[in-house]
Amino acid sequence: MNDVVVLDYGFGNVRSVLRAVEKNKASVKLSADFNEALEAKGLIIPGVGAFAACMKGLEQVRANEIIDRRLVANKPVLGICVGMQVMFESGWEHGIKSEGLGQWPGIVDQINAPVLPHMGFNSIEVAIGSKMFSEIAQEQFYFLHSFAAKKLEFRDSSKIINPLIHYATHFEQFIAAVENGPLWATQFHPEKSGPAGLKLINNWLETLDEK
Amino acid sequence: MTLSKRVIACLDVKNGKVVKGVNFENLVQIGDPVVFAEAYAGAGVDELVFLDVAASVENRKTMIEVVERTAENVFVPLCVGGGISSVSDVLLLLKAGCDKVSVNTSAVKNPLLISQIAEKFGSQVITLSIDAKKGNSESGYVITTHGGNKTLELDAIKWITQAIELGAGEILLNSIDADGTKHGFDLEMLRLVREVCTVPLIASGGAGQVSDFAPAIMAGADAVLAASVFHSGQITIDEVKKDLVLNKIPVRYSPQTN
Repeated sequence: MNDVVVLDYGFGNVRSVLRAVEKNKASVKLSADFNEALEAKGLIIPGVGAFAACMKGLEQVRANEIIDRRLVANKPVLGICVGMQVMFESGWEHGIKSEGLGQWPGIVDQINAPVLPHMGFNSIEVAIGSKMFSEIAQEQFYFLHSFAAKKLEFRDSSKIINPLIHYATHFEQFIAAVENGPLWATQFHPEKSGPAGLKLINNWLETLDEK
Repeated sequence: MTLSKRVIACLDVKNGKVVKGVNFENLVQIGDPVVFAEAYAGAGVDELVFLDVAASVENRKTMIEVVERTAENVFVPLCVGGGISSVSDVLLLLKAGCDKVSVNTSAVKNPLLISQIAEKFGSQVITLSIDAKKGNSESGYVITTHGGNKTLELDAIKWITQAIELGAGEILLNSIDADGTKHGFDLEMLRLVREVCTVPLIASGGAGQVSDFAPAIMAGADAVLAASVFHSGQITIDEVKKDLVLNKIPVRYSPQTN
């Protein structure tokens, strides 16, 4: 069994993601296979480009079912960039609303800024108690996007442990990363964020053995 | 808590080798772009540009192999330009592991290439690179091709505005007048372009000393790019970032310890 599977659904610059995992001494495979994605200790959902197009690709590999079943079993999933955005209920692009995987309430929308895309390194307002940003809370991470989720609030928060939500700002505040039990996600690209990004991947890999 | 300004190094690549001297301390010149990319990443560069200066069909395969090896070893963003004239060219490069592509002459010839790439992969992957200089047009700046040798009757501001409407996600603005002079970036042109530019703007051409970079950012650039002054070792990434910090410009900076 592989430690990590990177879900292959035709989207995302996966070469650096694969290598970033390998650099941290974990075995990794790019796969679209249902069972492999289900059984790996950790699953990474990459994503680049349009929300709607990524959703189509994810549906073809039954990603919704894979992710649901993994999360119920407390098996870690990490979404990156559009791979994070699709975890929300819906995404707005060019006036068209697309349905997301709906793991989290909230919508993904264009950032309200005079200059877009939000492109480059930015710092993170790290929430207290973060494992994701352990030892790298002061570092900067590489963003390349125009859309983001601004808010994540569970309607009935009395029954669940609230997720840790980390923010970044580009003229307005948006969600840069989330730690929600076995489901983690980053709007930025850890695989393009130098040593700090590799450390973040390592922080995630450490949770694979705990869970 | 704000977006850092980027410092970008550009490498000219021909047949899989770096052309123009690249001179890093303690580094044997073997000409492999991956080795230099790793050195730049270690030095704290925020982004790398590989410019395919031969861009022939055979050379394209070599470039893809270079991009693959770079993506496997270098964990900073990579933009590749030179000879990209179709959506399938872009697909191959993105699959190989680069994050963005830059188009120049091919987009001037066929502006719809910009919208085709943007629709397929998103605006964030497409950088429009332009070589502009002073000339007779409305804004006073015109577009050139073939490294500045061929001047077109195309107004620089008009072209930039059109390209952004078509979906260009970034403008790499190279000044032919300033390029190679080492007298600093063309600040006047940068200010003019910034007024119409709603996407990130990279200043290129003219960097000669450490103190040249901050004025370009103050004139409106989101990123500064240089090639020969970095390759020759005349200026280091660390020195540039240190100077930007002194000028209270937000950067990703951790002092080099060695």
